[in-house]
Amino acid sequence: MNRYLFIAQRLSAMILAPLVIIHLGLILYAVSDGLSGAEILSRTHGSWAWASFYFAFVLSVAVHAPIGIRNILKEWTSMNQAIINGFCLLFGLMLLLLGIRAVTSVV
Amino acid sequence: MTEPKTKDSHLSVNVWRGGNEGELVNYQVPARENQTVLDVITEIQRFQQPDLAYRFACRVGVCGSCAMTVNGLPRWTCRTHIKKVVDNGQLTVEPLRNLPRIKDLVCDLEPFIDTWKKAGAPFSGSRTRYDPPANIKPDSPLRQAADAGLQCINCAVCYSACDVVHWNRDYVGPAALNRAWTLVNDVRHAKRQETFEKAFSENGCQSCHSHGNCTRHCPIQLNPSESITGLKKMVFKGLPKEDKK
Amino acid sequence: MHPLRSHKSYLASIGHRVSGVALAVFLPFHFLLLSTAINGADAMDEYLTLAEMLPVKIAEWGLVTLLAAHLFFGIRVLLLEFTHWPRRINRYAAWIVPCTIATILIATLFIIRVY
Repeated sequence: MNRYLFIAQRLSAMILAPLVIIHLGLILYAVSDGLSGAEILSRTHGSWAWASFYFAFVLSVAVHAPIGIRNILKEWTSMNQAIINGFCLLFGLMLLLLGIRAVTSVV
Repeated sequence: MTEPKTKDSHLSVNVWRGGNEGELVNYQVPARENQTVLDVITEIQRFQQPDLAYRFACRVGVCGSCAMTVNGLPRWTCRTHIKKVVDNGQLTVEPLRNLPRIKDLVCDLEPFIDTWKKAGAPFSGSRTRYDPPANIKPDSPLRQAADAGLQCINCAVCYSACDVVHWNRDYVGPAALNRAWTLVNDVRHAKRQETFEKAFSENGCQSCHSHGNCTRHCPIQLNPSESITGLKKMVFKGLPKEDKK
Repeated sequence: MHPLRSHKSYLASIGHRVSGVALAVFLPFHFLLLSTAINGADAMDEYLTLAEMLPVKIAEWGLVTLLAAHLFFGIRVLLLEFTHWPRRINRYAAWIVPCTIATILIATLFIIRVY
């Protein structure tokens, strides 16, 4: 793995760890009486705290996941390096766009 | 399960014959009280299969040339007693994993040697013969760090044990990175920054997944896994500063 | 299993990797579901009612478990790589049992909370 990708992946992991802990906590809290759109949206609607939480989440995931996938494809497939890089870049962009769209629609 | 093909007081030894293409051939070797894997291979070569190819030199665990795969695990065969590895009278001896096979138990070590260059191995002195020798305190933190990775015998056991090398032959592997670790901590080394950057290049220390196979199998109990982790830890801070006098 | 792979640190690393891949595959769909909220809570509920079906609930439980596993084994990787340890201790073998217990705990909690 490239040195700067390594830094990006480990830094994003350090950001993600506390975010995922909160996310898991929320899942366990919210799941007990079923999920409803109204309940989810009442929590997130107009809340800058949740908006910035989820934006940070999406940004870090869009950095973290493609780098991990890149390593796996490199080690476990015989794909060409340029194809792997291109695929992972596109995957990261897709996560970023879909993630931002998801956050903006619940806020 | 079929009965192992063992006659009384004989070992049933399967030995790899051929190059990358080949097969295991069975030999019956008299079992003795004191016998290393290398002794068994030598006995086969002397008395049963004169054209069997294998490498050894010192027979006492110094030269690092006799490493082979014994019952699935990489080992230095000259210091591996049969009692330690024999499985129900059976022994399977193959060349090291992760390296091209040349003939029988001999593999081509060139890819392994090349990794040392890729990870920045050559020591580069900064003094001439007219300068006084460098004054290095043996108990200084950098010297201690470097010392912990020294004495590698270049046997390629760790390289053969490493699964990341198995998946990605471009990964430089534990031995070369352990060497890089000793160099980046050696204040006499003139090209510490260059070695540091090579250790962090694509397929460098970041590729390690801390499986620990290198350390688990190192015949002289070095800890390449820890050296690689030490390198990774430098990724944020950069090269360690020289010790204060 | 190959003798070079039948140990805990190998399994921990594979588990971390496989859970990561599964999460990466799932994420785009997760984002797409959330995006349905742009048409209001009712539009979202159409999809969320699916979550009441047992197979979907089980899949959900699987994802929560995978997320927990990836979290705990990821924290383990960060601790392995960036904390200081005495050199003689083989850190690669460390923290595997606590991470497994923590993952099982989260997986069990999810089941308890649902029922």
